[in-house]
Order: sequence, then structure tokens, then C-alpha cells
Amino acid sequence: MEFLGYFGGVFEPVAFMLLLGGTVGGLILGATPGLSPTMAVALLIPFTFQLSPTHGLILLGAAYTSTVAGGAVSAILLKIPGAPANIATALDGHEMAKQGEGARALHLSFLASGIGGVIGVMLLIFLTPVLAEWALAFGPSHLFWMAILGVTLIGSLDSKSFVKGLLSGCIGLWLATIGYDDNYGVPRFIFSDALTGGIHIIPALIGLFAIPQVMEMFAKGRNASAIEQVTVTKHKLSSSFREIAKSGRALSIGTVIGSIIGLIPGVGGQIAGLVAYDQTRKFSPHKAKFGTGHPEGVIAAESANNAMVGPSLVPLLTLSIPGSPTAAVLLGGLLIHGIFPGGDLFERHPEVIWTFINSMLLGQILMVVFGIWIAASAARIARAPMPIMAAAVLILAVFGSYSVQQSMGDVYIMLILGMTMYALEKFGFSAAPLVLGLILGDIAEDNFILGSRIADATDGSMIYFFGGTFNLVLVALVLGSVLYSFISNRAINDALPTNTKAEK
Amino acid sequence: MKRLLTGLTMALTSLTVAGAASAADSYPERPIGVAVSYGAGGATDFQARIVTMVAGNEDLLGQPIYIINKPGAGGRVGWNWLATQADNDGYTMGAYNVPHFIAQSIKGGVKYSTDSFEPIANWGSDPAVFVVGKDSEFNSMEDVVAFAKENPGKLTLSGAGLFVGHHIAALQIEKACDCKMAYIPTKGGGAAAMKAVIAGDVKAGINNLSDAFRAREAGNVKILGVADLERNEEFLSDVPTMMEAGLDVDNSSVNFRGLMVPKGTDPAIIETLAAKVPAMFENARVAKRMKAGGSPMKIMTRDEVLKMWAERQETLEELLKGL
Repeated sequence: MEFLGYFGGVFEPVAFMLLLGGTVGGLILGATPGLSPTMAVALLIPFTFQLSPTHGLILLGAAYTSTVAGGAVSAILLKIPGAPANIATALDGHEMAKQGEGARALHLSFLASGIGGVIGVMLLIFLTPVLAEWALAFGPSHLFWMAILGVTLIGSLDSKSFVKGLLSGCIGLWLATIGYDDNYGVPRFIFSDALTGGIHIIPALIGLFAIPQVMEMFAKGRNASAIEQVTVTKHKLSSSFREIAKSGRALSIGTVIGSIIGLIPGVGGQIAGLVAYDQTRKFSPHKAKFGTGHPEGVIAAESANNAMVGPSLVPLLTLSIPGSPTAAVLLGGLLIHGIFPGGDLFERHPEVIWTFINSMLLGQILMVVFGIWIAASAARIARAPMPIMAAAVLILAVFGSYSVQQSMGDVYIMLILGMTMYALEKFGFSAAPLVLGLILGDIAEDNFILGSRIADATDGSMIYFFGGTFNLVLVALVLGSVLYSFISNRAINDALPTNTKAEK
Repeated sequence: MKRLLTGLTMALTSLTVAGAASAADSYPERPIGVAVSYGAGGATDFQARIVTMVAGNEDLLGQPIYIINKPGAGGRVGWNWLATQADNDGYTMGAYNVPHFIAQSIKGGVKYSTDSFEPIANWGSDPAVFVVGKDSEFNSMEDVVAFAKENPGKLTLSGAGLFVGHHIAALQIEKACDCKMAYIPTKGGGAAAMKAVIAGDVKAGINNLSDAFRAREAGNVKILGVADLERNEEFLSDVPTMMEAGLDVDNSSVNFRGLMVPKGTDPAIIETLAAKVPAMFENARVAKRMKAGGSPMKIMTRDEVLKMWAERQETLEELLKGL
């Protein structure tokens, strides 16, 4: 309960102003496509030079929390996930917005974020020493199997057809191989300078989700009768609260999965939302409703990606190892004030670190308040005339892709991927499995090569990848997941050829 | 209207002409960008932001410096960009990491070499150190060498990628002890390599002095040796150099960081920068922040850096031959 003693620090006038500013600014930065939480925190670090360590960290903590949730705004309203963490939010959230329920989707997303986020930070406060050991337990072989477990979800994610889901997943896995390979020092599929560094996830995300939609809007915009007039329904806050209170299943699955995945160094929040979304669907009695604007989808995804925020800092604060890109930037923010994270951080700088954690806790709550405040007016975006909407989304897409690493190459990649996706969508493929393939491809490959190299120098691959309880449990989960999708898919479509299974 | 246009054109022309004549005298007239070849939050990015933060002071450059992150492919993306696409008007600088960019250019497949850039000044040197987990059986470099000799290729050694300082240090150690180790590059930089050591995924690792110092402060690792010519008195005065441990390893793997400009930049501008930038690195506020972050500084002038580059080029060509 030590943290309670340091709450006073957060409520000093300057500190509280920074907390407010960090939260509101974070929401705006998060809602801007292309400005991922990592970028937002990196942008703020120079401002902390002039502040005391405590104040600097309050600003960074509040901004980190609220950018993660802010990404949901553009995911829901524009179907541009602000960061990989918000992909799953877009799946059902944008469908809700199209049906005029944008305000409801935003309410639910912020409430779910807040609940998941507070629980995540609570875990950080009470269980840090225990969790630190957990974070180290994941070696390369385990991360490899986790990524493969993720690959088994690809086929069933947001796709009418299982085979098409798998195929787009494979395209994603292939895209992940592009670029200079640091493991063996060889270039792969680099036909243009812009591809030397591989395909960056943010431009890919923006292109794959936003561009097909823009093209769709332009296509429809020519035909006045095809424009659907969306009526935006006002949504009472009290009914949102009631709905959240009734969504225990989605909330708990989201929070648990988000916390566990957030803890693992190197995997981070990119896939927390997607995995939680998939699991919630599997346990839901309304499986078929997912992807058509089902609130449970939004709740699961958003509670997961904010639950991840607290635990993702455990490896950083206890072991001085940044577990995610955002944690790496935060490490810079700590070092610049001469604060070295590590086991005894809580003894050496209790006032700084507890104020930091408290500010994340309060930040979660302030974020819910401000998020809900803007929800009603933000949801009216759905009523904007289609040509204006299309132009605005296109501008944001170009701006977002460029800003990641100030590179026009990324903008071209974004446009090419987007136009290809438009064509693919016409044939019933969808973007989410492709993006998941792109993310998982890197994790699976790197850890497989890392693991094999360690295995070659020690006991050999079989023992390394299949030895030990932890590996076997993960392998069992992978097999279980394949079997599950096989059976459930068989039930839907007996005619599906079994040989597609082999590809997995 | 026509007269107005003619007048405007003339005014513009004269401005441009005047501008060209005095470009070097009045330099810098606007903020200067520094391209960092690694992502935000990495050691190079973090240090570049600190050492450039006082650039706007009147007695220094008088204009602020901003950071452009161009990460990817172990730095190749950023340096390719600086060598081929950046304007050489003095308003785009780059941060170099030696031996990384020199080793990469020797291995080929990139569009730069030491001839593509003009160094301005060096701000830091981060030696590679040999780390093992806190419960490791190894307590000295001698233990490590003994194990490696008995078990060729069995000593797993993590480091941040291929042809970076860590890799060079590993190659030099192998050559010096005439034994074989299993160097395992990790993606995700020094942090991932350090995690592998702390978690016990690998038996040992090569890492940056600054990161290893922090990990040792946190009680997670032991540091057995530093690959430099002298001990680091400021941070690790108790850790012997490789030479002291009987291994013939010099400072070729030390990660030097500094600023450079693309080839073809006006010599007058290079001269201005070379005169003013070292003073910027020497600023007391910069030194304080760098020390707080555990980042060793080493300020070198343009001439010293030119010499250092040439020496590295030679040793690295020798070392990487036949790899």
C-alpha cells in the first residue's frame, strides 16, 4: 500500500496540470493515425528536459496511457487503427460507427480501456517482483511457439472464408520477410531503397485499412443514390455503464490476456488486442455477430490493449530491460534524469517511481472522463459527406505514414499495399489476417533462428524446442487451436479440403 | 501587374544571388536536422538528443538542432539515405556509429563508405564489454577462455546484430584466444541481447558499457572485461581490459558516436561546424545529462575523427577478410 502515500505528489498544482495536459494531449496524439504511443512518448521526451524527474515522468506516464486508448478513436470512426494495438478495435468498432452507434462504441471502448488499464497498473503495483520472474521465463523457443499459436488464429480472424483468411495470412507472413535480414546479413526482396528496412507496420496498417475504404468511398461518391445516410443515435452514458457491467466475460478475457501478453518482452501490445478478440469470440454464445458491429469485440480488444500498459513496464522497472519499443523510449526518459531502473529502484527513488505509477493510474481515469466527453461530438464524423470524409482520411493516411520515419518511401508502400488490398477485398480477403501475419512473421522467424542457433551450440533443436513443460504446454495449445478451428470449420463447411490444414 | 511581376522576379533573383554568396557566412540561418540511423529511445538517439540540446545557444550554433529517426536494417537505411538522398547544404547532418557503418560498407550491399561522408566531431565512445549472468560459473575472462577451449563452439554469446561493435569484439576475442564461440546476434538491439544474458538463454554476452553498467547496478550481471585500451575509470574502474586478461583485443570494437555531413557540403560550412560543434559537446549541461544517463563521453575534433576512421577502415578490412 506504499503507493497511496505518494498520491499527494500527483495533486500538486504543476503535477496535476501536467497530468491533465498529458492525458488530453495523449488522446489527441493517439487519435492521429501514424502517431503510435511510441512516437508520442518520444515526441514528449524533450519537454521533460526542463522538468523535475517526477514531473517529467507524470507527463510521460499519462501520455503513454492515453495514447493507447486514443488510438481507438480513429480505429472506430475512420477504420484507421492508430497503432497495431487497435486493429481488433476497428473490426467491430467501425461497423458500429457505420450503423450510427459510434458514440456507443466510443463509450464502451473508453470504459473498457479504463477498467483494463486500472487492473493492469494494479498488477504493476502489487505483483511486480513475481511478474518479473515470469517475464524472464519466456525464452526464444517459447516466443516461437507463442507466435505459431498466433498464426493458428489467422484463418478464423475476420474472414468469411477460412481458406481466404489463411491465404491473406500467408501474404502477411511473406511481407514480413522483406528487407535486410539482420540474422544472416542478407538482403531479401529489396527492389527499392524504401524496402531496405522492411515494411514498417504503421504504414502497412494505415494502407491496408484506410485506403480500400477511401477507394470505396470515391467509388460510391459518384453515385448519389448509393450514399447511405447515417443517422447518428445519441447514446446515454448510463446505458453504456450498464452494458459494461454486463460484459464481464469480454472484460475479463481481455484484461487477463492483455496483462499476460503485455508482460512478455518482445511481443508487447501489438497482438494483445487481436488475441483477446479471438478468444472472446470463441467463448461467446454470439460467435456469428463478431465482425458485424458487436460491442463485445470492442470491449475485449480495448480492455486488452490498456491492460497491457502496466505489465509491459515490469521488465523495464525491475530488470532494466525495455520489453517494448515504448518502454525503450521511457527508459531514455528515466536515464536523462539519472534514474536507473532496476531491482532497487523502488527503494532508491520511491517518490519518483510511485508518482509515475500513480499518474498512470489517475491517467486511466481522466482518460475515461475526457474520452467520453468527446465521444458524442466525435461520433458525428460518421455523418460527414462521403467525398469530404474520403479526402480527410486520405490526408491523414499520407501524413501518418510519412511521419513514422519522415520517408516518402513509406507513403508509397502504404498506397501500394492499400490499392492491392482494395482488389483483394473484392475477392473476399480481409486486412486483419494479413496484418497479423506481418506482425507474427517477424516474431516467429527471429525467435526460431535465435533458438536454433542456441540449440545448435547446446543440446540440439529437438530438445530445445520440445523439451520442458512450458514448451510442451505451448505445443499442446497450438495443436488444440488447430484442432478447434478444424472442427468448427468442418461444422460450417464440410466441403473444405483437409489439405489446407497442412499449411498451418 | 506585369511590372509588379517583373519587379518581384528581379527581387527574387537578386535575393538568390546574394543568398548564394553569403550562404556560408550566415550559416546557419535555420534549424539543422540530424539523421539518426536508429529508432527513438535507442542509445544513439538518446545521446544525440542530449548532445544537440544546447545548439540554439547564441555562442554555439545559434540555431536549434532537431533529430530525424531513420531506423532499419541495422542502420543501413539511415546511412543510405544520408549518402544518396540528403541535401548537402549543411542543414542535414547525420549521426555516425563506428565501427558499424564502416564494417557494413566493407561487407558491401550498401551505398556508402567512409568517402561518402565528412566527419564533424565525435561526442561519445561506448566500449563493448563482456557480460555474464549474476549466477554464472564464469568469474573472469580466463574462466571463459578455458571453457571455450574445452568446448569449442558451445559458448553461446549474445550481441546486438552482425557487423556491429559487439560482433567485432566477439571476432577479436575468438581470434585472440584461438578458440571458437557461438556468437548469436539478436534483433532488437542491445536490450534483447542483454535480456538473453539475464534470463540465461545464453551463457554470456557482449554489450554496451553503459547498458551493462546499468544492469550490474541493478544486480543482474557480472562484467568480466572491457574491450578497450584502458579501463573505464568513470563507470567501471574495477573491470580489467581484455589486454590485462591476456587477450590481444584493441579498441576496434568501441562504438564511437559523432556527427557528420554528406560529401559535397560546402567546405566553409564544414569548417564552421567543425569549430563550433566540439564546444557544443563540451557544454556543462550536456556533460551533466550524459553522466546522469551513464553514457561515456569522448570529444574528438574533425581531424582526430578523420584519423580514427582511416585506422578503423584498415583494421576492419583485415578482420573481416574471409568472413
